[in-house]
Amino acid sequence: MKLPGLKRLGLSGRALVAAVPQFWLALFFLIPFVIVLKIAFSDAQIAMPPYQPLIEWVGEKALHIKLNFANFAFLVEDNLYWKAYLNSIFVAAVATLICLLIGYPMAYAIARTSPSTRNILLLLVILPFWTSFLLRVYAWIGLLKNNGLINNALIALGVIDQPIQMLQTDFAVYVGIVYSYLPFMILPLYANLEKLDLTLLEAAADLGSRPWEAFLKVTLPLSLPGIVAGCLLVFIPAVGEFVIPALLGDPGMLMIGKVLWTEFFNNRDWPVASAVAIALLLFLVIPIMFFQRAQDAESSAGGRR
Amino acid sequence: MATSARDPQLTFEPWKDADAQPYVRIDRVTKKFGDFIAVDDVSLGIYKKEIFCLLGASGCGKTTLLRMLAGFERPTAGRIFIDGVDMTEIPPYERPVNMMFQSYALFPHMTVEQNVAFGLKQDRIAKAEIAKRVADMLEMVKLGQFAKRKPHQLSGGQRQRVALARALVKKPKLLLLDEPLAALDKKLREHTQFELINIQETLGVTFIVVTHDQEEAMTLSSRIGLMNHGEIVQVGTPTEIYEYPNSRFVSEFIGSVNMFEGRLVEDEPSFVRIESDDLEMPIFVDHGVSSAPGATVWAAIRPEKMLISRVRPEGADNWTAAKVRDIAYMGDMSIYLLLLPSGKVVRVTQPNVYRHADERITWDEQVYLHWAPSSPVVVTK
Repeated sequence: MKLPGLKRLGLSGRALVAAVPQFWLALFFLIPFVIVLKIAFSDAQIAMPPYQPLIEWVGEKALHIKLNFANFAFLVEDNLYWKAYLNSIFVAAVATLICLLIGYPMAYAIARTSPSTRNILLLLVILPFWTSFLLRVYAWIGLLKNNGLINNALIALGVIDQPIQMLQTDFAVYVGIVYSYLPFMILPLYANLEKLDLTLLEAAADLGSRPWEAFLKVTLPLSLPGIVAGCLLVFIPAVGEFVIPALLGDPGMLMIGKVLWTEFFNNRDWPVASAVAIALLLFLVIPIMFFQRAQDAESSAGGRR
Repeated sequence: MATSARDPQLTFEPWKDADAQPYVRIDRVTKKFGDFIAVDDVSLGIYKKEIFCLLGASGCGKTTLLRMLAGFERPTAGRIFIDGVDMTEIPPYERPVNMMFQSYALFPHMTVEQNVAFGLKQDRIAKAEIAKRVADMLEMVKLGQFAKRKPHQLSGGQRQRVALARALVKKPKLLLLDEPLAALDKKLREHTQFELINIQETLGVTFIVVTHDQEEAMTLSSRIGLMNHGEIVQVGTPTEIYEYPNSRFVSEFIGSVNMFEGRLVEDEPSFVRIESDDLEMPIFVDHGVSSAPGATVWAAIRPEKMLISRVRPEGADNWTAAKVRDIAYMGDMSIYLLLLPSGKVVRVTQPNVYRHADERITWDEQVYLHWAPSSPVVVTK
């Protein structure tokens, strides 16, 4: 399709297509980010909005720019934030590992079944997305609470006579995160394992590898890009997770997402909340860069048939 | 075509020695996939240091047979012995057999060196010895300077050699090659064929090659096992398969052939005479046929064994009148399509002995076609 009118304006169709997502990202990601960044460097005040402007005309012909680093300094000084960050990373890392341990065998099994069964199994993996995330987390409350389904069933079966405290524990948070993010682990792993050339495993067997040796030496190293992709897709959102620890976790559990929420809505300290958000973003950008690099490595190592 | 780099004296013929024991013995092996019979009651003896080619069209069962030798498939019935040991139930990782895969199946995450060393590491061989054997093997396939490359940085021919080195470095009793040259272009294929034979002769490993390419089978092999619908239809040296086919299928599969269906009118131990509706004169063949007079037989004559002449031949058999319908000039030789009075079209190849076109037989010319009594092969099925 030729668009001569656009050409005259110096625009090609390709540039136009690329411009749409760029415009979207600029409008809904870059501008909000700049606003949050601006707030992070301002002073708090009890007013509406609850922070002082960063750039201000003072008197005549004088532009007053005041950058306040105190908010970031505060994050370092008050060990609440440190602990929350570290705890979030720890929880996200453990949940990611559990997702990997559950997700890898599932992805492997799906990739090895017949193509018709495969589609049904994949559909089952993404089926939970048809219900709202929030509803599914609420459903876990019903399952885990003291007079919930699991405890009642165990009591009825006579396994226990006192309900086990599961809700509002770290266990419940792990259950929630693993449950919610497992598909993000399975799908990239599946996409990777499904591509694996099975003659490579035959070649390994032919050269003397038992099935488990062939798995360790061939399947596992070749699926590394899928493992990295799956882990980052689980780890990154899990670090900033707010809903799951808020609904299922111990109220005292320190998670950075919850701290952010408290600063913003309870303390109404927008500048500190913004600083927390910026710091969190930096924590997450680094893994994303690793992710990109891993993907680049995979595409350049391509060319195998 | 039938001669190769092998010894022209053909002294290597263990299959003719009554005392020789086959090194690989396939004993009444059948493989079924559901209702489909991929390999049907095949028995074969393959001798040490042979290059044995399993030849056939795709789906004839040759690859399934090879995979059973490697251990990737279990026979539904029958046994497989290698060097006297029953291998039927032995898993692939415990067999003294290595395979070169059609796709080469090189490990993409390993360098050339690591690929070749893979099988040796699996055997827990000392590091220094692994390094030495890998280096020697890479030297042999002329890949010494590519040791640190990854497979995707190599050309097709280099990958093929890595695959060969990886399969040979373990010194297997038997090397299985699945369409080893199929992925190479024509020039490289010819060159590699001779390299394969040289390596095989140097190492003395027994090769079993699966191929659909008859030319490849002809040049490589000591013997060919021609397969069709899961069965071995004929086993023989390239010459035997080409010159003494035992059926219409074999003669038509290998090379091209003119097939004359006819009746046996005279059947003596030293000659036969066949009358065919396609020819006015009978076909006289200087060898006997074990079939009843009057039976339907086929006389197969290769295109290069028929001669075109402008002079009417003498005698009362083995010639016919013909008209040139088409000529394909190939340089060294030409293919003539000749129309017989009966309407049958016969294919004849003639070397281009004369340089000047006006001396050669040309389109629409009335000619005579004749052949020697030793040229036709009579087959009864």
